[in-house]
Amino acid sequence: MLLFLARRLIQGLLVMLVISFISFAIQDNLGDPLREMVGQSVSEAERQQLRDELGLNDPFLVQYGRFMAKAVQGDLGTSYFFKEPALDVILGKLPATLELVFGATLLIIVLSIPAGVYCAIHPQSWFSKAILGWSILGISIPVFLTAILLIYVFSIELGWLPSYGRGEVDLIFGSWESGFFNKDGLLHLVLPCISLASIMLPLFIRLIRSEMVEALHTEYVKFAKAKGLKLTRIYYLHALKNTMLPVITVGGVQIGTMVAYTILTESVFQWPGMGFMFLEAVNRVDAPLIVAYLIVVGAIFVIVNTLVDLIYGLINPTVRLAGKSA
Amino acid sequence: MSKATGSLLEIRSLCIEFPSRHGVATAVSNVSFSVEKGEIVGLVGESGAGKSTIGNAVIDLLSPPGRVASGDVLLEGENIANLHGEAIRRIRGRRIGFIFQDPMTSLNPLLTIETQLVETILATLGGTREEALNKSLELMKSVGIPEPELRLKQYPHQFSGGMRQRVVIAIALAGDPELIIADEPTTALDVSIQDQILELIRTLCRERQVGCILVTHDMGVIANVTDRVAVMYKGNLVEMGSTQQILERPQHEYTRSLISAVPRTDVKLKRFPRVEYIEQVQSRSIDVKNHWLGQQDESFAAEHKAENGILLKVDDVNLRFQTQSAFLEKNRRYVKASDHVSFEVREGETFGLVGESGSGKSTIARIIAGLYQPDSGSINYAGTDLTRLSDKQRIPFRRQIQMVFQNPYSSLNPRMSVHDIIAEPIRFHSLARPGRETDGIVADLLDHVGLGAASGVKFPHEFSGGQRQRISIARALATRPRFLICDEPTSALDVSVQAQILNLLKDLQDELGLTMMFISHDLPVIRQMCDRVGVMRYGKLVEVNETETLYASPQHEYTRELLSLMPHLDNLSREGLETEPEREVALA
Repeated sequence: MLLFLARRLIQGLLVMLVISFISFAIQDNLGDPLREMVGQSVSEAERQQLRDELGLNDPFLVQYGRFMAKAVQGDLGTSYFFKEPALDVILGKLPATLELVFGATLLIIVLSIPAGVYCAIHPQSWFSKAILGWSILGISIPVFLTAILLIYVFSIELGWLPSYGRGEVDLIFGSWESGFFNKDGLLHLVLPCISLASIMLPLFIRLIRSEMVEALHTEYVKFAKAKGLKLTRIYYLHALKNTMLPVITVGGVQIGTMVAYTILTESVFQWPGMGFMFLEAVNRVDAPLIVAYLIVVGAIFVIVNTLVDLIYGLINPTVRLAGKSA
Repeated sequence: MSKATGSLLEIRSLCIEFPSRHGVATAVSNVSFSVEKGEIVGLVGESGAGKSTIGNAVIDLLSPPGRVASGDVLLEGENIANLHGEAIRRIRGRRIGFIFQDPMTSLNPLLTIETQLVETILATLGGTREEALNKSLELMKSVGIPEPELRLKQYPHQFSGGMRQRVVIAIALAGDPELIIADEPTTALDVSIQDQILELIRTLCRERQVGCILVTHDMGVIANVTDRVAVMYKGNLVEMGSTQQILERPQHEYTRSLISAVPRTDVKLKRFPRVEYIEQVQSRSIDVKNHWLGQQDESFAAEHKAENGILLKVDDVNLRFQTQSAFLEKNRRYVKASDHVSFEVREGETFGLVGESGSGKSTIARIIAGLYQPDSGSINYAGTDLTRLSDKQRIPFRRQIQMVFQNPYSSLNPRMSVHDIIAEPIRFHSLARPGRETDGIVADLLDHVGLGAASGVKFPHEFSGGQRQRISIARALATRPRFLICDEPTSALDVSVQAQILNLLKDLQDELGLTMMFISHDLPVIRQMCDRVGVMRYGKLVEVNETETLYASPQHEYTRELLSLMPHLDNLSREGLETEPEREVALA
């Protein structure tokens, strides 16, 4: 177990190193940060001096070394626009994004498991066919279009739900702004969560269905039937548990990906999260903020994947044992 | 519902159909037989005979679209042939227990043994969890699993194959059934474990007065445990009688040919008798002596001659596999797949390697064929140490040593036509001119192994297991090897097909003067095929001797144990058998 964690930590650090290198490398190609920082009146000589001060004229590797030296101490640079440490800016926006992703994940889990299982057990029923047909549609429609349609129907025509922003938020754990603890915040979460979930939900339903169909054809399911067990127990214990193994592996990666997908959703709903911030940072050529964002998202990916492997080990006894004795 | 005084289970004129787009396929037609309390009835037949289908039909587990078209299944007088859903569920486990073939796949890998046993008891007998747990412990003891308290908490992967099958039997007995249907319960197990499991089933049936239908393709199993036997052929029950009568005085022609195809343990046969009732073999044999196949590469043969008649010498070969990786050397664990193994193979003989699974016999084969590199030791082929050669230097030797693999389903590339599969080695080694010459050789090879030249355009999935093994053999012969390694070439095949393949190998050896190494776990087969035999266990070669000597007076304790576990088929009908006069090993 310890060895497993140690190995994952080393792997994670390597991945982070590569991510930092790549994200730092692209900042050179983002355009001239000085154009955004200073006004028209500043002369070329002053600009040159500012570049020197910021270290923008040094060779790439020198700049990268300087960046990394600070980065390991938790300093990912200072945002040109906010004039604050980039990491602080991102961490301030993080709760909004994580809550959005969390809400969407919850929605996916609650809907995809019953739907996928139903489709596997009743392959011939019209309801399964409807679910599968709809899921094709769901995969095909881009997130922003779903979002705009949702806003049009539920906010503009019906007027049931707010169309932008987070609404009221409460402070929990000191600095975490949460929308989960009051009605207004929850109402604001509904549409963004649905549209963020819309791209992954069909994928999950299809994945669960096909894995479940496979599980239902195994010998142990046939043996469970021969044992005289009730069908419900066979479906929801024997088959479902085995179905979840591959789903967890794929699911973990997909949930990580959803953090990236928030860029679209957050833009449409003016959601004050990291994705929205990232888009603004790109427009402003706020290089340190962009680099910091890429690194933070990379770190989230690594953490989520490690967690997924741990959960997988909890469900699968074969893996757990190997981890223990290794 | 009338409680009849009759049999425990009576099957009357059962017909099972599988409707499909291309019409209705009849899997079982008009089968009738009965099982009494405490009796074990064997249902024997080859693949596709419909024997498993009957077992599945009894408890409504036919895979769709299969259905019972007509006939009755009477369980103590009550007709259960057309029960479905809840009604049949009450019978499953409670009145009829089921044992499946492969204990590796019939237990859910993610649930503990306790969960799987307790749920069965609760579903069939009801009662409290407490009672179910106590009964689980009792069951585990009665099927002979040591330390049941500890074992109950474990998962299936922590059990060996034999132990898993014991768990499966415990589960089958959990609901105190009156009848057990065992579908090939020992096919996936080693001989020593097979014996224990069969003994267990027999004891439990006697003690508990449980009736048993034992579905199998293995005559040895039939001879060991059954009271009566029903012989199935293509969905029909061709003959039924007491085990003794069926084995010694078979009446039906199919039964007779089936029994004659069983490898015998008592006498060595020259050839297996021609088995009728099986896939037709088109043979247009070629005159091998004057054919391309019979012509060796003279210059290579002259350079690499067998020394003192010894073609291959395996000397002190070691190979270990890491089973557990660890950062520190001392924490790593290894399994010795080959532990100081040394033996010689004489030119023209058939050398057998026998042992149970995991004994390292396939590892040796792969080391000789150059698929594994040994940690130490040498493989000396006609005076050249193969382990010291570079990959490039080794190529001409690879041509000399060819292999026929165990599984005919996975050892052929499904995307290549049979013609290409056989032509590939010829092209790779540039043994013949491309185009017409190669095509002609492939066609001749196909004819010679009994498939017919026309099969070249087909793909592997269009063939049966036995036919695929013929393709494998043709592929191995395509490089004109002198040394042929057969790694369990018939263990995936039916007995009658096995007899054909073994005959083919014998013929080819005579015609081409091949030296063969024949690997099998099946002692009777080894006896029929080999001149000399080596016995392997845990990576060690424990005994090597002439086949006849080894079978007559085994020296090593393990060999004696293995031989005692051989199914006793001494009384098999000897009709139409050609026994072999003491054949001398050709010493070149």
